Amino acid sequence: MNAAPIHMAGERLMLDPMGALWWPETKLLAVSDLHLEKGSSQARRGNLLPPWDTQATLDRLTLLLRRWKPTTVVTLGDSFHDPEAASRLPPAELARLKTMTDAHRFIWVLGNHDPHPPNGIGGAFVEALATHPLMFRHQADPRASAGEIVGHHHPKASVPARGEQVSRPCFVTDTRRLMMPAFGAYTGGLDVRDPAIARLFPRGGRVFLLGRERLFSFTLGQLMGRP
Amino acid sequence: MDASLPPLFADWFTARGWAPRAHQLEMLKAARDGESVLLIAPTGGGKTLAGFLPGLIDLIERPRSGLHTLYVSPLKALATDIARNLMEPVTEMALPIRIETRTGDTPANRRARQKAAPPHLLLTTPESLAVLIASPDAGAFFGSLSAIVMDEVHALAGTKRGDQLALCVARLASLAPDLRRVGLSATVAHPEAIRAFTGAQRIVMADGGAAPALSIMLPSGRLSWGGHMGLEAAPEVMERIRAAQMTIVFVNTRAQAELMFQALWRLNDPMLPIGLHHGSLEIEQRRKVEAAMAAGKLRAVVATSSLDLGIDWGGIDQVIQVGAPKGTSRLLQRVGRANHRMDEASRAILVPANRFEVLECEAAIQGIAAHELDGDPPGPGGLDVLAQHLLGLACAAPFHPDDVFAEVRTAAPYASLTREDFDDVLRFVENGGYALEAYDQWRKLFRDSQGLMHVRSARIAQRHRMNIGTIVEAPMLKVRLTGRRGGFGVVLGELEEYFAGLLRPGDTFMFSGRLLRFTRVHEMSVECTEGGDGEPMVPSYEGGRLPLTTNLADRVRDLLRAPESWHAFPEPVQEWLTLQRGVSRLPGRNDLLVETFPRGDRWYLVAYCFEGRNAHQTLGMLLTRRMERAGYKPLGFVATDYVIGIWSLNPPRDVAHLFDQDILGDDLEEWMAESSMLKRTFRNVAVIAGLIDRHYPGMEKSRRQVTVNSDLIYDVLRKHQPDHILLRATRADAASGMIDLRRTAAMLARVKGRIVHMVLSRVSPLAVPILLEIGRESIRAGDTEDALLAEAEAIIAEATGQREPPRPRRRRPIQPSLFDA
Repeated sequence: MNAAPIHMAGERLMLDPMGALWWPETKLLAVSDLHLEKGSSQARRGNLLPPWDTQATLDRLTLLLRRWKPTTVVTLGDSFHDPEAASRLPPAELARLKTMTDAHRFIWVLGNHDPHPPNGIGGAFVEALATHPLMFRHQADPRASAGEIVGHHHPKASVPARGEQVSRPCFVTDTRRLMMPAFGAYTGGLDVRDPAIARLFPRGGRVFLLGRERLFSFTLGQLMGRP
Repeated sequence: MDASLPPLFADWFTARGWAPRAHQLEMLKAARDGESVLLIAPTGGGKTLAGFLPGLIDLIERPRSGLHTLYVSPLKALATDIARNLMEPVTEMALPIRIETRTGDTPANRRARQKAAPPHLLLTTPESLAVLIASPDAGAFFGSLSAIVMDEVHALAGTKRGDQLALCVARLASLAPDLRRVGLSATVAHPEAIRAFTGAQRIVMADGGAAPALSIMLPSGRLSWGGHMGLEAAPEVMERIRAAQMTIVFVNTRAQAELMFQALWRLNDPMLPIGLHHGSLEIEQRRKVEAAMAAGKLRAVVATSSLDLGIDWGGIDQVIQVGAPKGTSRLLQRVGRANHRMDEASRAILVPANRFEVLECEAAIQGIAAHELDGDPPGPGGLDVLAQHLLGLACAAPFHPDDVFAEVRTAAPYASLTREDFDDVLRFVENGGYALEAYDQWRKLFRDSQGLMHVRSARIAQRHRMNIGTIVEAPMLKVRLTGRRGGFGVVLGELEEYFAGLLRPGDTFMFSGRLLRFTRVHEMSVECTEGGDGEPMVPSYEGGRLPLTTNLADRVRDLLRAPESWHAFPEPVQEWLTLQRGVSRLPGRNDLLVETFPRGDRWYLVAYCFEGRNAHQTLGMLLTRRMERAGYKPLGFVATDYVIGIWSLNPPRDVAHLFDQDILGDDLEEWMAESSMLKRTFRNVAVIAGLIDRHYPGMEKSRRQVTVNSDLIYDVLRKHQPDHILLRATRADAASGMIDLRRTAAMLARVKGRIVHMVLSRVSPLAVPILLEIGRESIRAGDTEDALLAEAEAIIAEATGQREPPRPRRRRPIQPSLFDA
């Protein structure tokens, strides 16, 4: 596994190929858009998706916690897919989550899917987290100063290779702002060329596509079809 | 029983100067005997009239109201066209018979009217039929049905649309117990299987018609070693167009259609009206071309398989096939487009694009002369289609699983369905069918005390009706031609999302017969301006390429090993084969010739399998994995319809072991699980089975945001319940489809112990074409998405010297030297 180093607001940050951010200086690990219990949320509406999404997401989070041994874990909002999601967590997953929140300092940034702190979940719930010089929030603020870490859009990028398009979730950064990929098991994505993302990086930037062992890096301009 | 026409009809025939054909009378007799029949007739055999005549006569002899005959066609356009054609006899004989169509295009008010007062004859498609079957009034609507006519059954049997149709017909037979089934089919390789699919008691064979007159035409210059476009022959093709009234120039891919169309227009000094027709063009554009053909206003049309099926345009007196025919049945269908009258010979000219294609064209001509047809018998029906059907049945009325299981088994594709599979599919529809019983409260079906299955809510039923159908389209983007200053522009057609992703602003590409310059992708459209003159910078898309059929491959092998037949070939081909025999040997009928030779600083292995591109790609993946383990250090491979070529750093030695049958064991499992092809297959299965909603035009806005990612669902399901019914359905689809396991397995079994390994000091003549394909088509050894990404990253880094580049003007084709190192 190779994490990619980037620099932002004078801090050295590591991008983990699983889609997490590691800030060595403060032993802080950040993930975004977990969308726990998205499967059962869809099931309520008649889409009977495989019911293991929370388990799959927490499995991957467990790997990250073992890998980096963080003091603080920040989730960048939309951690729970809907306001009742936390109450639908299977007992085993709820217990696993409790073990995690007992062992680490969890800071849940609230998102549009989970605007209110759910009951029975350990850790702190905040609208945004400012840890100088970085600012963690769910949705980007176009007027933010350098050092903003955000989620919300689920960025993904497509790279043409041998007449095929390889599409992956990705980080997007222009050294002022870092947009994180969604970490949840069933989360779809929005292409980084979409104006909703592109306008947040008006001077271009770099994407890091998630791979099995490493990240794959391209400039936004190198991604095809961008005017 | 009586097989003669009633006077009214006999007079109508006479007035037109026609006489009823023997098979038309035979179909009438079958109807009067209440028999279900399959009519097999060549194109132009009066099939459609034969299918409808009995119904018209029955309605005149015993007039009654209610739906009498249902006609199902694979094409909406065909249903509409046939309705129009049927109006002729009905109007001319003043028959009191109402004929209507019902397709996805039928407005809601007319649909409602049809439900309230059904026409006598309803013409529709499998999808619209499935929607009718899923409605609560299906029983009343179809109760009076006397016959179902299935047109072009050969094109439906063995497809998911065919599975859906067969299930619907099984249901119709329960709703209307006296239902007669009538199938109409072109000549096929497996008539018995098509009869079973139709549910017919017997087959009526029409006369074969005149044998087609086929010839091969070569370009006047040198004969190409490689390439598939056949553009060198454009001058000769143009000559032939000038000499005929109306020509269809068939090609194999949309890219080839675009390029050939351009090449012909460059030579079109007399300004003959020549049109273009392929599946990516806007539907109105295609209709315009078809109308111009029907009106005799065109002298030629360059077309892909988009014109293989369907409406009879008359007037066509010549068919030219540019590029390899790929199969005798398909060639016959195309040739049948000329002279849509069955007693006159159709004329067709085959234009091979390279040396191997010369062999293939000759093989196809021999195959047609020997009345040999190809195509596999239809396989077992898809479990995803069954899932969709079961929910549809529940939406119509509560059902008992035992009854429905019995009914489903009467549909030929599901004749050997096990109760276990049926129950698993039903459980999937009911509650997802997961080992973890998590969704009890959200089940879609519930069972009452008598064991009947009910749909849980009206909303589920309504959503189901939105998702009916088995065609899952690749995401398509509209192509919009805007002026220099932008604006909304004209829509020229659609192309695949992936192709749009290959374009950079400023790139030019061929589309709709013109050169376009790409501006941007904007809200599900590809915006372009006129590209001026010159060559396209981005090679076009590959849509519509079919693999070589088994029969044709056998014939090509036969030609190769029989030097006495070579005199039929042009001289360069004869020399090529003679040379091959001298320095290596020729592939035999039942062995497998494998050549290895060094070239530059690497080794090449070329296997002459002749099993078609899909099987070769699968085998190439598996062989390179095995070579990797054996320490031969494979670097990449290329697969054509004829051969596999692999290059490696070390000389491959134990070649017989490489091709051992056990290669289809663990290696295959491992590769399949990782392959992006399997994920695409899963997505289709998941949509058809109703796990994921299908997307409609206009829904893109919501799709823009977060949707469910089917790849991630696939990963989760594979980890937690690898034997889930949808994964089983996915593997079955993949095995019979893209990776063509059946053919791969059959070949490995056939050549076991018969592998002839020629160790050469340099490239053999027969291997030259495949070496030319390297770079154009090659696939990296151990090909995974991560490897592709790493390569793309390295290439860009190399090209830009690791700097932020001034945006490169065009995407360079990947050179072997870049990724071989």
